[in-house]
Amino acid sequence: MSKTMVHKKKGLLHELNKNKILFLMLLPTLLYFLINNYVPMIGIYYAFVQFDFHSTNMFQMAFIGLKNFEFLWKSGKLIQLTINTIGYNIAFIVLVNGLAISVAVLLSELRGKWFKKITQSILFLPYFVSFVILSVIVFNLFNYDQGVLNTVLEKLGAEPINLYAKPTAWIFLIIIFFLWKNFGYSMVIYLASITGISEEYYEAAKIDGANIFQRSWHITLPMLKNTFVILLLFALGGIMKGQFDLFYQMVGNNGLLFSTTDILDTYVYRSLRVTFDMGMATAAGVYQSIFGFALIMTVNTIIRKINKDYALF
Amino acid sequence: MKIKEDGATKWFRFIAYVVVLTGSVLCLLPFLLIISASLTSNEEIVREGYNLIPSSFTLDAYKIVFMFPEDLLRAYGVTTFVTIVGTAIGLLLMTMAGYVLQRKDFKYRNFFSFFIYFTTLFGGGLVPYYMLITNYLKFGNTMNALIWPSLMTPFLIILMRSFIHSAVPDEVVESAKIDGANDFVIYYRVVLPLAVPGLATVGLFLALHYWNDWFHSALFINDTAKYQLQFYLYNIINTSNFLNSIGAGAGVVLSGPVPSESMKMAMAVVVTGPILLLYPFIQRYFVKGLTIGAVKG
Repeated sequence: MSKTMVHKKKGLLHELNKNKILFLMLLPTLLYFLINNYVPMIGIYYAFVQFDFHSTNMFQMAFIGLKNFEFLWKSGKLIQLTINTIGYNIAFIVLVNGLAISVAVLLSELRGKWFKKITQSILFLPYFVSFVILSVIVFNLFNYDQGVLNTVLEKLGAEPINLYAKPTAWIFLIIIFFLWKNFGYSMVIYLASITGISEEYYEAAKIDGANIFQRSWHITLPMLKNTFVILLLFALGGIMKGQFDLFYQMVGNNGLLFSTTDILDTYVYRSLRVTFDMGMATAAGVYQSIFGFALIMTVNTIIRKINKDYALF
Repeated sequence: MKIKEDGATKWFRFIAYVVVLTGSVLCLLPFLLIISASLTSNEEIVREGYNLIPSSFTLDAYKIVFMFPEDLLRAYGVTTFVTIVGTAIGLLLMTMAGYVLQRKDFKYRNFFSFFIYFTTLFGGGLVPYYMLITNYLKFGNTMNALIWPSLMTPFLIILMRSFIHSAVPDEVVESAKIDGANDFVIYYRVVLPLAVPGLATVGLFLALHYWNDWFHSALFINDTAKYQLQFYLYNIINTSNFLNSIGAGAGVVLSGPVPSESMKMAMAVVVTGPILLLYPFIQRYFVKGLTIGAVKG
């Protein structure tokens, strides 16, 4: 306590002077986030005006209060969009981390340097694929006339399926392709953490007679907690954002599938670039930001009350 | 050195091999699918559908892709330029930030870390961002609109910070200070050489992000000559789907080449190839560079 008092007396200017080179090195980054992320927050005001394409100054546009939000609410899509967005994100977070941790633990116990290296690279390979290519793969597999699925079905003598008209199927397809593309990335991060665990723990456990399952369960898993918390921290920050690229490239503007695949991000993008409904786009964007922020704060407060160590911040 | 394995270990290894091998096959299959389709003749795809192993082999699709290569090469040029410039600037700024934010004698490091992290929790949304780039920064229709938005991410800065923290012992920085080196010299001469695995890893992620970006072309670029490679491909795929459906519906014979199925697959191979070549060079640093420590410092 007294230590911080001493520091405080010296103040900001003293600190600035003492570490001016460090400040200068950090400055471009701070400015970048200030301009790129903090300045647009002022633009939340767009949600409260009648958007005018001829004007560039939002403060000259007519103030209409909550009208945009009223329209958004009356469109009747808000609840569905929110459920879709949060639902997919929770599925992504749980499944990716579960799968990544399991495979990382298994892979780390394998012998054979080359086998490990090669499989690890293969599992990471899909992360290199762009979402545009992903859409090519999906179309290649599932399109009605030439897709692999229907080619196989026909050879087996079964009826071909038109998946592009079946909304429920896409819940699974989207989750599967998300896992396919992203789990290798998280897996390598966990693998890196496992590499950092000291051999001594395992040696000691071996002497105590713990078998490989017990060692993985009681040593490796608990040691991954820190990494898991950080990945969770960043994943939760985006809980209302969703994977725009994934959804837009897999589904595109196929209205037949919107009931199960439309998320807030895709809705905002279409309002901005396809239907040019700026009122909807701004209101939905602000709803997304504020609701998401409130959600994270609530979760964080609850966690803080239960166990301070697990709180995000 | 042979260690006798007990029963539990054998089972564990068996499960591990099965899981890892199955996963590897599933990860590779779609790649094989695309490569095989790109080597199949278009007629065969239309007649029999996509197959894992082509029954005939032809390079026709690649010949068509490179018959009029101007547009493709220009898109390559745009993406290569954006990737190199963006990755270089981003890496410079993020390593400096990561280095400063892990220095224990830098008093406001936690405050500034949170200033950066906070942007993942709250933002203005897409419309204000669009306005910022086009109306205020005037980046619309320029390369800046492709480079600026992806320069830095909070996650990569935190990754960089943890890496430098674990790779550069405090004593090394201290002794350099005693020798009279200033903080920038320490960063340049001491920290950067020790942080190579971190640089390689973060650099790969950044380069990958730039290489695979199509969104910022879609959002900010109207001039087709400035389209990124992925957006160029995206347009070709959608145009061909669109033309095919119109042509088939109206019985119109289309003039000029409509991109065929096998040609789309060949494009996909050509577009993904170069970034995959980067991986073998980076791989040896990879697992080392991805260690993340605590974010709450």
